[in-house]
Amino acid sequence: MPVLDIRQRTGYLFLAVMLGHVILISAQVNTRRGVPILQVVTFGLFAEVQRASSSMISTLRGGWTNYVSLRDVHAENETLKAQLAEAQVELQEQRALAERSRGLLATLGLRDRSNLKTLAADVIGAGATTDFKTVTIDRGTADGVRPDMAVMAPAGVVGRVVVPSARAAKVQLLVDRAAAAGVLIERSRSQGVAVGAGDEFLRMEYVSEIADVAVGDRVVTSGIDGIYPKGYIVGKVEAVEKNGNSYKQILVRPAVDFSSVEEVLVVLTPTPGREAEAGSQ
Amino acid sequence: MKVAGVVIATAIAVALQTTLAQFVVRGAVAVDFVVVAVIYISLTSGPATGLMAGTFAGLVQDTLASGEVIGVGGLAMSIVGFLAGVVGTQFIVTQPLPRFVVFFGATVLYKTVYIGLYELLGLRDFGLPVAAVAGQALGNAIVGVVVFQVVELLPGAMERRRAMRGRLRR
Repeated sequence: MPVLDIRQRTGYLFLAVMLGHVILISAQVNTRRGVPILQVVTFGLFAEVQRASSSMISTLRGGWTNYVSLRDVHAENETLKAQLAEAQVELQEQRALAERSRGLLATLGLRDRSNLKTLAADVIGAGATTDFKTVTIDRGTADGVRPDMAVMAPAGVVGRVVVPSARAAKVQLLVDRAAAAGVLIERSRSQGVAVGAGDEFLRMEYVSEIADVAVGDRVVTSGIDGIYPKGYIVGKVEAVEKNGNSYKQILVRPAVDFSSVEEVLVVLTPTPGREAEAGSQ
Repeated sequence: MKVAGVVIATAIAVALQTTLAQFVVRGAVAVDFVVVAVIYISLTSGPATGLMAGTFAGLVQDTLASGEVIGVGGLAMSIVGFLAGVVGTQFIVTQPLPRFVVFFGATVLYKTVYIGLYELLGLRDFGLPVAAVAGQALGNAIVGVVVFQVVELLPGAMERRRAMRGRLRR
């Protein structure tokens, strides 16, 4: 096969491209501290393409739903949906507040964090590959978005910001294989770590075999990871198994349907962990 | 001209993957349109163009998708683009079955290199996603064959329709 002959021009080209990629990968793996600048710049650039295509599709969809189909009913529906979303977020806040009160946080002198400052954002793109569970939102550093900020939906926790550019941000979903959050069982207060399984479920790990966990139990954030505020819904226990070692195997069905998330809230209020980190710096 | 074509095709594929796939398939995406586009370009334009298309598309996908390292997808896609181009120039790949095999094999190769590199660098644990890889390879192969058929048959069908209209007018 002459084309595979390394002396041919294509062969040299192939080698050069491979070498370029290896250098590129090596540079990032060896010197990565926080978010690589290369990633921020290129992501910011391509996020604009996503924004444009998302906006075009939204316009087309909007045109159809608002002017071709029932305009008034749709508008009313949108208002009601927004009100419901707000009410659900408020309900979650109230639940979180109640949990905190029950734990006698007031007597411990901890700050009341029920009033989280949030920023509404639209999802403008899904991940470009199925191996990484990410979405792109239309808010960035210009709006105050920073890495590791929690992202929520009315139904529960969505994920965290991993790469913010000026006008957009990449959000790692909780179901991504590399994602994790400190969680606890709301009923029994058993703590653990929820990690993404790479599909539609989460695994709750490091839960003692003697812990009280039952199918249907609500799983909420524990706040110990320094990213997600305490008391927010993550999901419900789908299955509990004993696998022989000292931990239980727990499968959690997320409260959020990640395949249809369109609007989210970025939590701008720093968690105690992030505050402490900022203070030490 | 060829460069512009590659850029446009990749942009369309990325847009399909990140927007339409999200709305239409509601996240249950078993097809990687970007891989399909690269293999299509490679089969129709040869190894050099396939290599460039793979590099460009892989880097774009890395930038938009991963939270990890830029270049892994680019490297995997470059290899696939180059080899698919070689197959396109060395073998006759004009029938649906050989095309199906090329799309299927190229997707499996892409996923193997991609996942293998991440595992090798210790950056991420993918487990052993045999079913997911097979599902995506199957999805890509079907979409790829359909795209080829549509692109090849569409001009002829339009020509026949025009001729039919002309005859009816007479």
